[in-house]
Amino acid sequence: MKKEILKLRDVKVYFPVKAGVFNRTVGHVMAVDGVDLDIYRGEVLGLAGESGCGKTTLGKAILRLVEPTNGEVTYVSKEEDETELTSLEKKDMDPFRKKLQIVFQDPHSSLNPSFTIFGSLQDPLKKFGVNSKEERRKIIGDLLEAVNMRREYMDRYPHEFSGGQRQRIGIVRALCLDPELIVCDEAVSALDVSIQAQVLQLLMQLKKDNNLTYLFITHDLSVTEYLCDRIAVMYLGRIVELCDSEDLYKNTLHPYSEALISAIPVADLDKKTKRIVLEGDVPSPVNPPKGCPFHPRCPKAKDICKTEVPTLKKYSTNGNEHYASCHLIDLPEIS
Amino acid sequence: MAKTSLDRKFDQIKKREEEKSFSIKKRSRIVSKFLNNRLAVFGLIIFTIIILASLFAPLLSPYDPMRVDLRSMRQAPSFDHWFGTDSTGRDVFTRVLFGGRVSIFIGLGSAILSAVVGIAVGCYAGYKGGWIDVIALRVSEIFMSFPQIILVLLLVSITGQSLFNLMAIFILTGWGGMYRLARARMLSLREEEYVQALRSFGLSTFTICYKHMLPNALSPIMVNITLSTAMFILTEAGLSFLGLGVPLNIPTWGNILNVAQDILILQNYWWMWGPVGLVISVFVLCVNFIGDGLRDSTDPSQQG
Ligand SMILES: Nc1ncnc2c1ncn2[C@@H]1O[C@H](COP(=O)(O)OP(=O)(O)OP(=O)(O)O)[C@@H](O)[C@H]1O
Ligand code: SF4
Ligand SMILES: [Mg+2]
Repeated sequence: MKKEILKLRDVKVYFPVKAGVFNRTVGHVMAVDGVDLDIYRGEVLGLAGESGCGKTTLGKAILRLVEPTNGEVTYVSKEEDETELTSLEKKDMDPFRKKLQIVFQDPHSSLNPSFTIFGSLQDPLKKFGVNSKEERRKIIGDLLEAVNMRREYMDRYPHEFSGGQRQRIGIVRALCLDPELIVCDEAVSALDVSIQAQVLQLLMQLKKDNNLTYLFITHDLSVTEYLCDRIAVMYLGRIVELCDSEDLYKNTLHPYSEALISAIPVADLDKKTKRIVLEGDVPSPVNPPKGCPFHPRCPKAKDICKTEVPTLKKYSTNGNEHYASCHLIDLPEIS
Repeated sequence: MAKTSLDRKFDQIKKREEEKSFSIKKRSRIVSKFLNNRLAVFGLIIFTIIILASLFAPLLSPYDPMRVDLRSMRQAPSFDHWFGTDSTGRDVFTRVLFGGRVSIFIGLGSAILSAVVGIAVGCYAGYKGGWIDVIALRVSEIFMSFPQIILVLLLVSITGQSLFNLMAIFILTGWGGMYRLARARMLSLREEEYVQALRSFGLSTFTICYKHMLPNALSPIMVNITLSTAMFILTEAGLSFLGLGVPLNIPTWGNILNVAQDILILQNYWWMWGPVGLVISVFVLCVNFIGDGLRDSTDPSQQG
């Protein structure tokens, strides 16, 4: 039986847009606009979507690096105790900060140039009660070895490392307090393709060794297929499709996911797929279109799409749960 | 256990990493860039000489800067009195050396103290944002828009002339610039991912902004400290020349220059104001060279 580790309910993150002499709020960027999502213990959940659709913001909202405007983020412990995180005082968050960590996208800004690796990693350890310096050095050294780097590297400065090495150090930082869930925010997309594969394999190895759960953010659906157990596709701050990763490729329900999948380059020349080219840009999250947010670009749009907002409904494909939000799906809805 | 292809790949990478020499350190790169800048090195040398000469003034000169000697009034430069003597027979060279102590103390001290105030406020407000930042910004604007000379006149008439009043005025009018610099750096640094990572551990605001972020904001602040040292020294000289600065009985570069107000002295006794004017100009120029050198060597966009 699958157990949740994190339950998101109607999570919204709006950033105010200010303008004018008096700095008045003239609107909101609806970066995340009502996300319901369960993350199960031990799975790799992919979160895919075009640039600017709110993936990073959702990941940060889980860790409360940005405050959600609305909604609940509930952490479920191994003993199945539930804690709602967004209503906690800042200081009461500490026990949960240990469990939830993040690996960032940009290896160049993810390490502090003024400190050695040990210097920048030791403060979190100190804060969580690793008081002896020997012990802190041991923890960091062991983790560096776990990501195939040498212990001595902890006394070097970030500029002495390559992008792939920095990214591995970022992974060490996320791992140093023995977390349960790691948000990997495009953890490999800034790297060379050959190094990407290595870091991905490393991430999977670490997941097995440490019983981790990943929320794996990416804009590249070709990576997610082999890596993820389930995939959520996001468009303009909402989840439009959520299902087992195999079903996403074989039984795609949402036209947006179809377009993303058709854009993956295929090596097999015989298997010609018609690439669906999406016209226009992602609409501004300040005024999303009325009706289905995807309708101005959707190749299948009908009149109903312009007026009525589709909701995320549950279907079944291949015997698995499959959520999608589109008016034109002719499968029976499951309650 | 059999080695997988992944292990082998990592072994290869490890080997390559070990071969690569990591000898060039970032700090030494800044130093060597600075040393390559001739003007800056020249500035640093003269700067050091002037500071050392003022510090060890009693060793370099047998005279007392305050002692009036009516037998040797207004003597031209000679072997005994390198810069001559003034209207009351005091040795000008000695006075320039001792004046340097006070002038440099005022300049450097005001610059450092206003940097401390500016950084303390700017780092916190810039990182936290929100209403603290808005208030700090408005307050700094008020201080910066207030004309310095009026503030000096006001304070002098209220509390009287003193060295510390002058420094207090310099700090009051000077911290705003430092604050803005620190704040601007913090605004851009706080979006960096390492800062986000520290926040994800729930570290305290003080640890994050003063310990982890501040070192990355220091180099433009260092440049600004040197440049405002030069500016404060000039302002002190200007105010003392007008008789509004440090009380006239304390020798400072500005107070020594003060005698040039007398047209008779200006025309007939060049050594009473010429050498000290030159020392002020040279010192300020050197400090500016050092500042430029620091800026060029720490500016990341110019790093090769
Ligand atoms: N601090 C902020 N203030 C205002 N708007 C923001 C802020 N952070 C993000 N946004 C906006 O929210 C939207 C979603 O941004 P987000 O970074 O979450 O996208 P993303 O899916 O991670 O994109 P990418 O693939 O480029 O990383 C964007 O329109 C962005 O401009
Ligand atoms: S609801 Fe309409 S516009 Fe939206 S995805 Fe479905 S078909 Fe396209
Ligand atoms: Mg992102």
